[in-house]
Amino acid sequence: MRFALSDEQRLLAKSVADVLRKHATPADVRAAWSSDVGSAERWAQLADLGVPAMLVPEQHGGLGLSELDMVVVLEQVGRFALPEPVLETAMIVAPLLAASSTPEAAAPLARIVAGEITAAVLFDDARVAANLHGASVVVLARATEGVQWFEPAAGATKARRSVDGARRLGELCAPPTWAPMVTGDRAAELTARARDRAALGAAAELVGLGRAMLDMAVDYAKVREQFGKPIGSFQAVKHHLASAHVALELARPAVLYAAQRTSERAADASRACSLAKAVASDAATGAARASLQCHGAIGYSFEHDLHLWMKRTWALARAHGDAATQRARVAALILDHNEGRS
Amino acid sequence: MDLAYTAAEEAFRAEARAWLEANVPREPWPSGDTREGFALHRTWEKRLHAAGFAAVAWPKKYGGRDASLVEWLMFEEEYYRAGAPQRIAQNGIFLLAPTLFEFGTDEQKDRLLPRMAAADDVWAQAWSEPGAGSDLAGIRSRATRDAAGGGFRLSGQKTWCTRGAFCDWVFGLFRTDPAAERHKGLTYFMVPLSAPGVTVRGVGRLDGDEGFAEVFFDDVWVPDADVIGGVHQGWDVAMATTGSERGLTLRSPGRFTAAAERLVALYRSIHGQGTPVDTRVRDAVARAWIEAEQYRIFTLQTVTDVRDGRGLGAASSVNKIFWSELDVRLHETALDLLGERAELDDDAEAAGWMKGFEFALAGPIYAGTNEIQRNIVAERVLGLPRK
Repeated sequence: MRFALSDEQRLLAKSVADVLRKHATPADVRAAWSSDVGSAERWAQLADLGVPAMLVPEQHGGLGLSELDMVVVLEQVGRFALPEPVLETAMIVAPLLAASSTPEAAAPLARIVAGEITAAVLFDDARVAANLHGASVVVLARATEGVQWFEPAAGATKARRSVDGARRLGELCAPPTWAPMVTGDRAAELTARARDRAALGAAAELVGLGRAMLDMAVDYAKVREQFGKPIGSFQAVKHHLASAHVALELARPAVLYAAQRTSERAADASRACSLAKAVASDAATGAARASLQCHGAIGYSFEHDLHLWMKRTWALARAHGDAATQRARVAALILDHNEGRS
Repeated sequence: MDLAYTAAEEAFRAEARAWLEANVPREPWPSGDTREGFALHRTWEKRLHAAGFAAVAWPKKYGGRDASLVEWLMFEEEYYRAGAPQRIAQNGIFLLAPTLFEFGTDEQKDRLLPRMAAADDVWAQAWSEPGAGSDLAGIRSRATRDAAGGGFRLSGQKTWCTRGAFCDWVFGLFRTDPAAERHKGLTYFMVPLSAPGVTVRGVGRLDGDEGFAEVFFDDVWVPDADVIGGVHQGWDVAMATTGSERGLTLRSPGRFTAAAERLVALYRSIHGQGTPVDTRVRDAVARAWIEAEQYRIFTLQTVTDVRDGRGLGAASSVNKIFWSELDVRLHETALDLLGERAELDDDAEAAGWMKGFEFALAGPIYAGTNEIQRNIVAERVLGLPRK
């Protein structure tokens, strides 16, 4: 038993952070609010790091890395509030296409691996998803009906606005003729595994977002003075921030554990992903509240960067199953299906 | 990352499980926090010791079996899963012993640890005083040097000593330099409760058991050999002990994962009888189970950190805040499931949960209140200014 990231994984996190620190500054995140498309330049930099190819097996030209490696990257994506569809493209769609073992997957997969295109996914009867308007490949993953992907024709999708202006949402207004590439049990399995990865990836981003918001608040509380001393010296402020820290400290290992179990295809992997999403959603929304409260009015201003992180948090905490939904999944498994500890 | 256990570890778990299945009493025992219950629990400690399970992570020569931290976690999981008796020896084995391993002399270890493992001596903590609770550095009990006698003379009062009315020894801090400021000038002593000048008075706890004691010291002579660490160095020694208490060794995840499984079983039995369960209570059951699992996973990381030489330090406060608050929520949820049955003191199942709830309520208070723990996290982990 060894519960720690490897040296390679720590280095990976650092490499991604180094790139994002330069190319996903708060000013860049803010600029993404007034752009309808992602930054091709930034996506190319992520592709140089191999990010879109991480979960694609080597026989498909990918890097053949694990969900744990991917989660290490997504934590950094969250930390910098990167406004690019890493979760959708690299964590959800690329491994789904690879695992579909269909000839139709080869072309879009190759373009994703090459960093040429990004992707989006609609689960079951959903119509709105991140990156849908602008993605070159859209996957419809329906557990009971099948899995189909297509390149949206002009006018097939339209832009929707998120509270997080950097999160480009889209709606599918003209679905293609239903002609799934995968059906039956295989489709159900692909969909279930993609949903688990979606929840897990969002959880990893949330841990990064939460930590970044807590760091902002701690830095601010050290320098902002009231009553002649730093506000961070007041117990009421300390306790808000300490509680946020505890929640994040306990959420992060849950995310790493779920990633490792997913990569092992362990029996408790799906439950672990739900657990991770539940606790990361709560920890990040709690960190957002604490950070806002400790910033006071400055944190409530549009000029301050906090809201960029906070609004991403509000969106991701509910995306791919909010905390209550994920706890309900865990409840169904442990209370109704007897999947407790052995 | 490697979540697998070795064959040797799994064999250890199987051995512990088999022994516990064969030896754990079928009928629940009276609380170890009563005089009769304590005596019965001492016999259990002796059985554990005879089987080599009293202090599995200790070296063999002191009564342990050189188990690794991972094996210790496994033993704890199996122990609580089996519903084995309360550990009345825990404050010695899990709080004092780590301090002795770090600061004790060979003579002290040889003399004290084997008797501790065998429950020949059962230890109580003596931290708090009437005027010093969360503000531990405010203690006023004194120890005066008796150079001619090769020891010290202790005077003062300690309070909230768990099971102090039944234990054999206490450990705690006494002020050896009255002129020194607060946490300086303190020394860590071990005192047999049979020493002349010691008076022990049992105090009833919230649950009615005589689980607390006040201990009065009236010119009690203690030899130099019963000082741990240097004279006036007691604060640093004590911090090592409180680190153990807040951190890993006092409350292993096994205690909470077992309680969470019992909560799931309670849900099933109530639900299975056709009693409708409110969706919010069902959500709370899931939350409690999730939090216990989170603590289990978090501890795998902690154990790895400790093994790699990264000590817990102030991060042990994170631990303490989390397990103490999850324990309260878990037991509250059980009472919510029981509904009107929860108050029935003559219903064994309900009374067991209520007693567990009452005990859980102490968690955010003992070992340094959670308010103090949050100060520690804020100041020593997040780096916020002390004042």
